[in-house]
Amino acid sequence: MAATAPPAAPTPPLHERLLRIWETPPGLFGILGTVDHKKIGKRYLVTAFAFMLAGGLEAAVMRAQLTAPNQRLLSPETYNQLFSMHGITMIFLYASPILSGFSNYIWPLMLGSRDMAFPRLNALSYWLFLFSGLFIYSSFLVGQAPDRGWFAYAPLTEGAFSPGLHMDFYALGLLFLTVSTTVGAINFIVTLFKLRAPGMSINRLPIFIWGTLTTSFAVLFAMPSLTAACIMLYFDRRFGMHFFDAAGGGHPLLWQHLFWIFGHPWVYIVVLPAMGIMSDMIPTFCRRPLVGYTFVALATVSTGILGFGVWVHHMFATGLPDLSTDFFSAASMVITIPSAVAVFAWLATIWHGRPVLRTPFLFAAGFIVLFVIGGVSGVATAAVPFDRQLTDTYFVVAHLHYVLVGINVFPVIAGFYYWLPKMTGRMLNERLGRWNFWTMFLGFNLGFFPMHIAGLLGMPRRIYTYPAGLGWGTVNLVTSIGAYVFAVGVVLFLVNVLWSIRRGPPAGPNPWDAPTLEWATTSPPPAYNFEVLPSIGSRHPLWEDRLAEGAARSVLDRGPALDEGRETLGITPLDAEPSEILTMPEDSLYPFLLALSLLVTFYGLLTSVWALAIAGGVLVLAMTVGWLWPGPEPEAA
Amino acid sequence: MLQSPTYLRTFGPIGDRVAALGWSLLIISSVVVLVVSVLVLAGVWRRGTRSFAPVERAGGGLRWIVIGGIVVPTVILVVVFVLTMVTQAAVASPATAPGLTVRVTGHQWWWEVQYLDPSPDRIATTANEIHIPVGRPVRIEVAAGDVIHSFWVPELAGKTDLIPGQTNVTWVQADHPGVYRGQCAEYCGLQHAKMAMSVVAEPPAAFDEWLARQRQPAAPPSEPDLKAGAAVFAGSACALCHTIRGTMAVGRIGPDLTHLAGRRTIAAGTLPNTRGYLAGWIANPQALKPGTVMPAVPLESTELQVLITYLQSLN
Amino acid sequence: MATTAVARRLPVGGAGKGATGWWGMILLIVTEASLFVYLLFSYFYLGSMARGAWPPSGPPELRLALPNTVILLLSSGAMWWAESGVRRGAQGRLRVGLLITLGLGIIFLAIQAVEYSHKHFTPATDAYGSLFFTITGFHGAHVAVGLIMIAVVTLRAWLGHFSERRHLAVTNVSLYWHFVDAVWLAVFTSLYLSPRFV
Ligand code: HEA
Ligand code: HEA
Ligand code: HEC
Ligand code: CUA
Ligand SMILES: [Cu+2]
Repeated sequence: MAATAPPAAPTPPLHERLLRIWETPPGLFGILGTVDHKKIGKRYLVTAFAFMLAGGLEAAVMRAQLTAPNQRLLSPETYNQLFSMHGITMIFLYASPILSGFSNYIWPLMLGSRDMAFPRLNALSYWLFLFSGLFIYSSFLVGQAPDRGWFAYAPLTEGAFSPGLHMDFYALGLLFLTVSTTVGAINFIVTLFKLRAPGMSINRLPIFIWGTLTTSFAVLFAMPSLTAACIMLYFDRRFGMHFFDAAGGGHPLLWQHLFWIFGHPWVYIVVLPAMGIMSDMIPTFCRRPLVGYTFVALATVSTGILGFGVWVHHMFATGLPDLSTDFFSAASMVITIPSAVAVFAWLATIWHGRPVLRTPFLFAAGFIVLFVIGGVSGVATAAVPFDRQLTDTYFVVAHLHYVLVGINVFPVIAGFYYWLPKMTGRMLNERLGRWNFWTMFLGFNLGFFPMHIAGLLGMPRRIYTYPAGLGWGTVNLVTSIGAYVFAVGVVLFLVNVLWSIRRGPPAGPNPWDAPTLEWATTSPPPAYNFEVLPSIGSRHPLWEDRLAEGAARSVLDRGPALDEGRETLGITPLDAEPSEILTMPEDSLYPFLLALSLLVTFYGLLTSVWALAIAGGVLVLAMTVGWLWPGPEPEAA
Repeated sequence: MLQSPTYLRTFGPIGDRVAALGWSLLIISSVVVLVVSVLVLAGVWRRGTRSFAPVERAGGGLRWIVIGGIVVPTVILVVVFVLTMVTQAAVASPATAPGLTVRVTGHQWWWEVQYLDPSPDRIATTANEIHIPVGRPVRIEVAAGDVIHSFWVPELAGKTDLIPGQTNVTWVQADHPGVYRGQCAEYCGLQHAKMAMSVVAEPPAAFDEWLARQRQPAAPPSEPDLKAGAAVFAGSACALCHTIRGTMAVGRIGPDLTHLAGRRTIAAGTLPNTRGYLAGWIANPQALKPGTVMPAVPLESTELQVLITYLQSLN
Repeated sequence: MATTAVARRLPVGGAGKGATGWWGMILLIVTEASLFVYLLFSYFYLGSMARGAWPPSGPPELRLALPNTVILLLSSGAMWWAESGVRRGAQGRLRVGLLITLGLGIIFLAIQAVEYSHKHFTPATDAYGSLFFTITGFHGAHVAVGLIMIAVVTLRAWLGHFSERRHLAVTNVSLYWHFVDAVWLAVFTSLYLSPRFV
């Protein structure tokens, strides 16, 4: 069969028809079964932010313990679980999922599509994320949270040195989460290949898209390394295997290689989309296109690629031959060039633009400064001999927070100020926003800059207490104070969001007069995103008439309506010519049930109740078959 | 002893070279941060507004990227990399071959220290306190007894990990007499925080004397209460885990106590080696270092007193 | 230009190569392949670090593994035959081809099981044992999954779900199956052959 798709214009009846087709039915089925990328995106954002609060709370408690020497607030057991869960939560359950949340919500709107390529897989990856997070956190209920740090070096994690379930929660929880991340990555890539608006050739993609795209590819290549490592860890612990056990012919460094082959790409995975958010937002607030679009796009991709070639810089003290450490030192310095390119692209955009000092821009400006501070401390640690002094001290803790908070948290908060009006239809409070920025920015620097000094004063990381008389007291006191100021900033943000949802002024479709496609539809967007599917003639669809870039024009008010069912337009990956009409799946409970079955499996593996694990596995199989059956068109799964 | 063990104020050839590298990196970094921050502020201050100006494509700005983003950083980074390589080559090995090898084995959560010697009976074993001769390079062989630890004396040299299944080699040299604090720098479990040690640099003559003493077995107890103390030690669990050379106690689980009294601290740099702390430690180690492998051994207070007297006589 | 383009009659739902589902399978294969790369990396890394002989008990023998390799390759051939069949609309060829593939796959797993039973070491013996059973076991698991997929597709083939144009499921399953065979070649070369040459 085939369908005609004549260009139509928006009309009330069409709106009604599309709503009936796309809207999720209310009620339990709707809640558990929806495949709407906007609903899923919002869930990602809320869940990831909740995890951020949990991780932050853990940190807040740690800071109380470290405020002064020889404190007895926390037992070493408790402290070790707190700092480990803090790292695991922030890295795995906050930093990456929060960006998936933005991508999920924004991508189809930015690309001019009606949903992601695989809406049901999209729902699946959310449920998997939620359940794996709850799985890991359920360790607190039995008082056996992971306690070996977020990179869990063997053999400290082996059964002999880590009895109990602590590290089984870690190994299995991360395996569980990996499935979610991988599914999500595949979804983003295919969405980009097939579901862009006609005419959106790759040189017209917003940088945010480039960021998430690079990240998604990096996930496909990096994640399996963690998967392999966690499987081996679980096997060592449960079945007495010897992967990391020197006595049995294994080697502890195998874990370190596998972990960091994953780990370093991962740290770029959790920032490239965030840098993309900045690269798209800064031009909006500087009232001009980004300077050096092509440079920045290339910088994004090359960072993603180079990120695979630096992992050994986490292992400079392990006694590797100088030749190899030198190589990875050099690589770590080369990788700063793309970052430098991006930084100066932003600086030039600000310099040659007319910066509008609204809250999102404040966060963007702060982000640039924090990025550079974190970046240069990274370069310091890349210098092998100096790193052998810096490594495993608070200097590294300072570095990782400047980059993670600077290039992830700040862009994320900026992203909320920028896009929440699109999601809720209401603005946030500007004055409160400015207070929010300054408390976070000043609090952060007050709290984390002294960590550099603590490190230079010789303070190791991961110590639950420290003796008096080494001169570490003052810096730690200041750090704790700053941390709490920062926390207040986070609370101010929450207050602002609540205020905006309650009585924020209506936003209208494009409150920032931004150039990209997501601002062409109403705020909040209807279930079907676009009444008629747009086609793109330039990089800035909503600025075209004012920038006069080339002859091509985007068409937003006329286009295929595709109102014969859940349908959207499929294109050819490279030149973005329409190639097919994609039928999109209806809401379904299968994603939820499949994730639930997997949860059963993992609890089976955790408790060694193999019957449970197998039962879960059978359920997974059944759900998958049910999901795809009979579907004469499995490609719409 | 009471000021911070910072690696920017160092007392040996490795530390000195690395500190120089460190200072230059910190200065370069500060300049970069300063420049970028100024550019951000200037950009905002120059044309910043509160209202949305009309959109326009003003100015090229590509020069910013080429110069600020590619050319300048490349130059700086080449310099940094050269500095790095030069420093690394300089600290790779000592000017003169070390005449002395110390084998440091990490245990949860203390350091076993052995002064190697071709003839086994001349090997001196101690714990948590490494003596070295001033001005002479010392070869350090590090190994792990259980999990990964990291050997680190900030004022002398950077870290070298102690990894099960492999022996890493490094070296240290102190050019000034003194006591340099060291601490385990790889998370190794519950008491990673209290796994410190010290390096005592003393004039060669004094050092040789010290090493000679360490090689000796413990002097047999003379006075009655020393005898009593020795009996308590031999009779209780102590002997199962600790060695006192020259006695029947040959345990290997805990530190060698043959010359305990000569050490400045106990429990891996956690407590000063005084009668009071010694008594407190033995009476209840878990209270002072929760989770330590050493259990509280039930003893009559009189037994405890003679035991302490005995331990304090081991010198 | 774009609008005029969509005014054309477009097919509903992409078919076969280039469809969203096809891309999905390709990417799944990419990431699965990386997983095996890391497993084999671990094999060679521990091998290079080994103090004693590697493999400790000499190279695994080929008596069963070699014929098994041939069987798996044949199954790939059968799968190709079936898939090219459905592209011509030859339903019979599709069904028979799938059945043959299914059979050969099952035989492969059976022989693998026999080989396991002959081993005089276990995953817990030493690191080599852990590697051998984990790597081959993982491949075996992928074969099993592939077989389930083939079983489902075979069933659907008999129910006549597929046509010249609509056979994405077949295309994907055969992609996956060829991938599983390619992985075996890599595993076979690394675990069985490489110890003989180095
Ligand atoms: C948010 C993720 C993120 C990012 C983006 C980075 C960026 C970088 N990191 Fe970082 N890193 C982490 C997250 C990140 N890191 C984490 C989490 C750890 C700790 C893991 C753990 O142990 O727990 C870590 C640890 C870490 C180490 C190991 C330290 C140790 O444990 O001993 C090293 C060593 O080389 C390193 C290097 C770098 C470098 C060279 C960059 C570069 O990409 C930075 C490049 C950017 C700039 C330099 C700024 C912009 C450039 C200019 C303005 C041009 C001018 C600048 C110069 C000429 C210098 N990082
Ligand atoms: C994105 C990543 C991220 C983020 C945002 C943070 C945020 C913070 N981190 Fe974290 N940190 C890491 C990633 C991150 N960290 C990693 C990877 C490690 C290494 C772990 C390891 O060694 O294994 C680490 C380690 C680490 C350490 C070192 C521990 C050690 O080595 O012993 C410390 C110590 O101060 C610390 C502190 C903090 C603080 C104070 C914050 C603050 O910014 C947190 C601020 C937020 C809050 C305080 C929550 C705010 C809200 C409230 C409190 C309101 C009340 C709550 C509710 C209403 C629910 N972190
Ligand atoms: C189960 C083994 C075990 C037993 C029994 C034991 N110890 Fe220990 N001991 C240790 C270990 C392990 C350490 C190192 C603890 C640390 O620093 O974390 C230690 C440390 C010490 C130290 C400090 C040594 C130093 O240089 O830091 C002293 C002194 C000591 N033990 C004395 C005793 C005495 C006296 C007894 C008997 C009453 C005893 N120990 C019983 C294992 C044991
Ligand atoms: Cu030993 Cu940390
Ligand atoms: Cu890194």
